[in-house]
Amino acid sequence: MWQQIRSNRIRSVFLVIGMGILLALLGYFLGLYFFGSGTGGLFIALIIWAIMSLVGYFQGDSILLATSRARKIAPDDHPRLYNVVEEMKIASGMETMPSIYIMDDPALNAFATGRDPKKASVAVTSGLLQKLNRDELQGVVGHEMSHVKNRDVLLMAMCAVLLGTIVVLAWYASRFMIFGGMGRTRRSSSSGGSAGQAIIIIVAIVLMILAPILAQLIYFALSRRREYLADASSALYTRYPEGLASALEKIAGSTDQLKSVNKATAPMYIMNPFRKQGMSAEDLTSTHPPISQRIRILRAMSGASYEDYSAAYQQVLHTDKAFIPAAAITTLESVRLRTAQPEAPEKLEEVQRVRETTNALWNSHNYKVIQCTCGTRLRLPPSYKKREIRCPHCGRINPV
Amino acid sequence: MTIIIWVIIAIVAILIIAFIAIFNGLVRLRNQVKNAWAQIDVQLKRRHDLIPNLVETVKGYMKHERGTLEAVTKARNLAQQLASAGPGERAKVEGELSSALGRLLAVAEQYPDLKASQNFMALQEELASTENKISFSRQFYNDSVMQYNNQTQMFPSNVVANMAGFRPGEFFEVTVAAEKEAPKVSFT
Repeated sequence: MWQQIRSNRIRSVFLVIGMGILLALLGYFLGLYFFGSGTGGLFIALIIWAIMSLVGYFQGDSILLATSRARKIAPDDHPRLYNVVEEMKIASGMETMPSIYIMDDPALNAFATGRDPKKASVAVTSGLLQKLNRDELQGVVGHEMSHVKNRDVLLMAMCAVLLGTIVVLAWYASRFMIFGGMGRTRRSSSSGGSAGQAIIIIVAIVLMILAPILAQLIYFALSRRREYLADASSALYTRYPEGLASALEKIAGSTDQLKSVNKATAPMYIMNPFRKQGMSAEDLTSTHPPISQRIRILRAMSGASYEDYSAAYQQVLHTDKAFIPAAAITTLESVRLRTAQPEAPEKLEEVQRVRETTNALWNSHNYKVIQCTCGTRLRLPPSYKKREIRCPHCGRINPV
Repeated sequence: MTIIIWVIIAIVAILIIAFIAIFNGLVRLRNQVKNAWAQIDVQLKRRHDLIPNLVETVKGYMKHERGTLEAVTKARNLAQQLASAGPGERAKVEGELSSALGRLLAVAEQYPDLKASQNFMALQEELASTENKISFSRQFYNDSVMQYNNQTQMFPSNVVANMAGFRPGEFFEVTVAAEKEAPKVSFT
């Protein structure tokens, strides 16, 4: 398990270095073009990147959680979710329990953030909690937590910042070029031969157009690769890939769109929140691989190890390209799949889940709970200001 | 003449560094195994603590199932006594506790009053989750032991392991045949 993380880390570092080089090139040539100093441009690019990195690093988690309107819950609020997260924490070998959040949204989605596995957060929508059974929930939570464990969150955040810096630089450069064109040519004619100047201009313009596009492609390729890895990790932790597969099926089948999401936070979710019906198979601009492929790979697995996922991946995609380099796969004895956990008939179970989730949400919104003598539990919203309440079952007046 | 001495010193230095690196790797793996074992211990203890509560909740409803209840209590006490034994021993008694528990929950199926009680449903969730946690920590422990054993037995780290006294770890395999499948904790 650990070699595999290291190998992916090395590959991802190469991709990030690629993006870094793009940024450096862009900064250098823009600097050359605008002030005749390449290193000056490089320096400015680095400063912008450093500022955005710091903000993202220290405040990234809270920004993400705030924009998605997630509410933190205590262990007692939702025992089933808490237990599932704890089970995955044990299976993945994480040291500390992540904080758990619920998003009040009927759409089915989930995400995890945390630049450090010791300070992670997991968020699920209330729709997900109501529609998925225990095995499926376990698969989804396992997938999300493996993102944290494999340091995907850190990686993607860094890439997002690099991408953002490149885009910002290119955008401002294009504005200056358009509006400051006259002044430039007059000043720069004194500094070098016109041929050299022309080359610099051309390179700068080309980079300005291409760098954002290339950076985006790298970003999306990286994001898709990490999604496959997270699917494989989830199967390894739960020893039950069918759970995640049927969860993905349910998620794909739902038509609700997540209410509060934007392009920046999209890659964090388990399912592309911007997906359109009939998105093409290998869509290069998608942050997530197509769901049907993910489901087929998971269902083609004959065991639960990374090797089995890799074999299934090659089989489903008719490719010989290895998903994980052979050198990185630890030779765990063929990891056996386990059987499903028996559940109640779906309808009864779903009613229980809805009740459970609504209770958790109300608790987190500070609803007051009053026990009537007839056994009914009355839940009052915080806006209820009266001194007493009449029980709807027995008619008794209870003091608040 | 001096060249040879330098070469010898360089080789010795490299060997020492390699030894230290391998030794540290072994220590890290061994600590991971110990840590994983502690995790299992925590979950097993948690199950021991849950059982008296379960027996109390169930006793009122299942008046004629005294035999089953007593079997569970006995198995739990035995498992608690052997709480400081090695993995092999504990696997056996914990396996028996699991099967006794499974039988109790199977019998509880026939008591609809019990199944509808809030306490029992909460307890069921706790028990199911504890069973899962036990099996996940067992899974993680066995994986760690496998990693550690590989290192102590494969060349060249086995040289270091023998010199420094690292012994292979013991797997926590449940041997009771009835426990090969997890107890059927149903939510009906």
